[in-house]
Amino acid sequence: MTSIPLHGANPVPEISISPEALSRGRVLAILSITVFLALAAYYFVGVDEGMTSLFGKTMVIHEWVHDSRHFLGFPCH
Amino acid sequence: MEIRTILRGAGAGAIAGVLAFVFARIFAEPVINKAIDYESGRDDVLAALNKAAGRTVAPDGPEIFSRGIQSTVGIATGLIAFSAAMGALLAVAYLVMHGRFRIRPRALVWMLAAYGFFGVFLLPYVKYPANPPAIGHTFTIVQRGHLYLVMVAASLILLAAAVVLARRLARRYTMTTAVVISAVAFLVGYGVLIGLLPSLGDLSANVAATNQFGYARAATETPQPIVNILSTPITVGGVTYQPGQLVYPGFDADVLWKFRWYSLLNQVLIWTTIALVFGALLERFLAAGGRQKKNKRAETPTPAPTEEPVPTA
Ligand SMILES: [Zn+2]
Repeated sequence: MTSIPLHGANPVPEISISPEALSRGRVLAILSITVFLALAAYYFVGVDEGMTSLFGKTMVIHEWVHDSRHFLGFPCH
Repeated sequence: MEIRTILRGAGAGAIAGVLAFVFARIFAEPVINKAIDYESGRDDVLAALNKAAGRTVAPDGPEIFSRGIQSTVGIATGLIAFSAAMGALLAVAYLVMHGRFRIRPRALVWMLAAYGFFGVFLLPYVKYPANPPAIGHTFTIVQRGHLYLVMVAASLILLAAAVVLARRLARRYTMTTAVVISAVAFLVGYGVLIGLLPSLGDLSANVAATNQFGYARAATETPQPIVNILSTPITVGGVTYQPGQLVYPGFDADVLWKFRWYSLLNQVLIWTTIALVFGALLERFLAAGGRQKKNKRAETPTPAPTEEPVPTA
């Protein structure tokens, strides 16, 4: 998939090899989507229907993850 | 490559979440149940007192799911989702950072996990510790939410700044000196941060609530003993309480301590599991990939790490 055999061993991508350059945008997209999804999970477990609410104050998500919200250290109640 | 690394991170997180769920079932749920029992009793007493005194009675919270749901699949969902998200973020952090450090992949994963544990959990927890149900006033949730997220963001930024500082200083001084100087700088910054942010009990809404039953001036929102705050006796449930007399005790200190201690241990468990599992999966993955490519290219000398992010591929 890439020409880097070992992470950390060879930080600079080889400019001469085109697959690296071609996949730069794709890699950025993958990383961004992952960060977005992870932050969304963090938000729905820890914050939604408490301090702010994205889809109305139904309290369904809040009540479902309620115990973990407390136990993970988020403010609640 | 990236997707498979991220999947390994999220997978390690999911495993950590399952372990956290087992831990929570054994240690947290009994404490949570005690806290909820206290809360129900307290709410009943408050409602009766306010009714007897002709004051407004606070409405009950919603009960959408039974405690049986909340304490099993509910807490499992939250713990696994949180841990998987942290594992995925760790994988992204690894992919972005791995070109900048000449260390074993596993060691970098461990360092990033330590960064996550401190920044996401422990440093915010020192200022605003985890609370069981019954602790936390509904009318301050917006401020408390903002303050908590500010603590998380500021802790992550301060820690990152300390690491950057240490690396810069290490060029000029010995490693020990660099680490000590940046650690002191971090502690000063962190001290200022937690000094500036308000204690929850000092929020204006909480100060304003001190003239109500069950609230008193305090540093936190931990439920205070309910006393008769009126200047006249009050009769509730056939019992007459003199002014200043105790009606219902404050929150049990041992229950609070246990909950916070288990909450801390739970996060240690989550981040340690992510670090060990993701580190091991990653090195196996890299070793398999490296073997295939080994004869394709010769070892190139590693350039010195730079402060600029190296584009990752
Ligand atoms: Zn709650």
